[in-house]
Amino acid sequence: MKLNMSISPHVRDKDSTQSIMMDVAIALIPSVAIGIYYGGWRAALILALSIASCVLCEFLYEKLMHKPVTIRDWSAVVTGMILGANLYSTAPIWLPILGGAFAIIVVKMLYGGLGQNFMNPACAARCFLLISFPSIMTSYPTLDGVSSATPLTAFASGESVMLEDLLLGNHVGTIGETSVIAILVGFIYLVCRRVISPKIPVCTVASAALFIFIFGNMAGETVTLSYMTVQLLSGGLLFGAVFMATDYVTAPVTNWGQVIYAVVIGLLVAFIRIFGGSTEGMSYAIIIANLLTPLLEKATKPKPFGIKKESAAK
Amino acid sequence: MKTALERLYNGIIKENPTLVLMLGMCPTLAVTTSAMNGLGMGLSTCFVLMLSNLIISLLRKFIPESVRMPAYIVVIASFVTIVELLMQAYVRSLYASLGLYIPLIVVNCIIMGRAESYASKNPPVASFFDGLGMGLGFTLALTIIGAIRELLGAGTLFGFNIMPDSYEPISIMIMAPGAFFVLAVLTALQNKLGAPSATNKKGSKSSCAGNCAGCGAACAFRTEIPEGGDGK
Repeated sequence: MKLNMSISPHVRDKDSTQSIMMDVAIALIPSVAIGIYYGGWRAALILALSIASCVLCEFLYEKLMHKPVTIRDWSAVVTGMILGANLYSTAPIWLPILGGAFAIIVVKMLYGGLGQNFMNPACAARCFLLISFPSIMTSYPTLDGVSSATPLTAFASGESVMLEDLLLGNHVGTIGETSVIAILVGFIYLVCRRVISPKIPVCTVASAALFIFIFGNMAGETVTLSYMTVQLLSGGLLFGAVFMATDYVTAPVTNWGQVIYAVVIGLLVAFIRIFGGSTEGMSYAIIIANLLTPLLEKATKPKPFGIKKESAAK
Repeated sequence: MKTALERLYNGIIKENPTLVLMLGMCPTLAVTTSAMNGLGMGLSTCFVLMLSNLIISLLRKFIPESVRMPAYIVVIASFVTIVELLMQAYVRSLYASLGLYIPLIVVNCIIMGRAESYASKNPPVASFFDGLGMGLGFTLALTIIGAIRELLGAGTLFGFNIMPDSYEPISIMIMAPGAFFVLAVLTALQNKLGAPSATNKKGSKSSCAGNCAGCGAACAFRTEIPEGGDGK
């Protein structure tokens, strides 16, 4: 009989890193499937290369550094899926490979592996690619053979956007971000499985809506219902709020910390979209908010029960 | 002659100001966007370092202890002005691309550090070679960092196209993050290979190696600079 000797508390729970990561991977499947449906085999290839690159880099790095190999915890697979879902299906094939290597080696492994990284690896890798190859990262694929812009760009230049296209994903965008319904299915799955609490995604979207409304009016845009709809339902906002902002490692653990963190993401994404040069901005908003996480946790540390306030004790 | 060679070896390898002492980080990170910029910055700093070390060493008996910092700055600033005017006259393109960083050589802590910890205590010839060694070490480090960043970030080396046409430059490498990436990876390699480095005590037991936190011994950078204001 094998006895486990350890110090209390003796937590018994069926959740493990592996089961949580598998749930996230399952939740990503609807979005990714829609992306493959519209993007064809090319989208599948980009996703497969991104996942393969992340897993392989993790494996090779840990082998070379003589560390325990952790690819079985599925976290690299999830990073690869999120990164692939953040690219256009027409990206050159080396782009997901380089992005995956950067995400895993530079952002995750050099800082000590899973649990130690201070930024979401997939998000940081997307920003790295966006800064390094701006022309490739913003060259939109064609849809049904017709070249067009993403809804955000199209709307900014005065075209109209169909609501059902946004819901179903029949518009130009990165592989994972197009269909609102698919993202919502993943979100509901994650919430039902208690992998994430709805707090961060809901607060992020709500604060983005509020600040887009305020900033839009400040910038002199005609803020109509369709303006708000396009801003909220297209681009990386929903995908980022559900899958990237909720990363356990880089989001705060305290209740109020999570709320402030989510509000900061909404504020930044609204600021970047309306006053910045880019029509997107979710990735930058998330990694900047990631940097605030340690401060937010420190500021919102809950008081232990039964301990008097320091000022009262003095 | 022996001291001269020892000083050169010390400056280029054993106590390389950038890669081992981790001094002068501002120009190291800011101007190394290309190999040519790194080389130009390194050589102009080297020129200032040699001559300021020489002059400060010659004047070391005359400079009063309490005003030595202003005195060093006058000497260093004079040479920086000479370099700046010469570059403006003869190498216009380099002058334009280095810009503000040329006058900022005055406050480069390598120059001040060598004046304080070596030239003010040692004879002129040894000080001159100390400056030359440190300057060449700085030049070498900056050129290496600049070359790596230029190669990855622009696909060229000293302005020559050497990567295949299909190579897509990783432009983040010639922006600020690229400097940190390259310097960090070089330091990691030094550690791995057991070469002298700021975090590798094995390679530089005899010197303080700039690692003040882990040192505790009487070190020129640490014990003497804070006393600079002892006139008050």
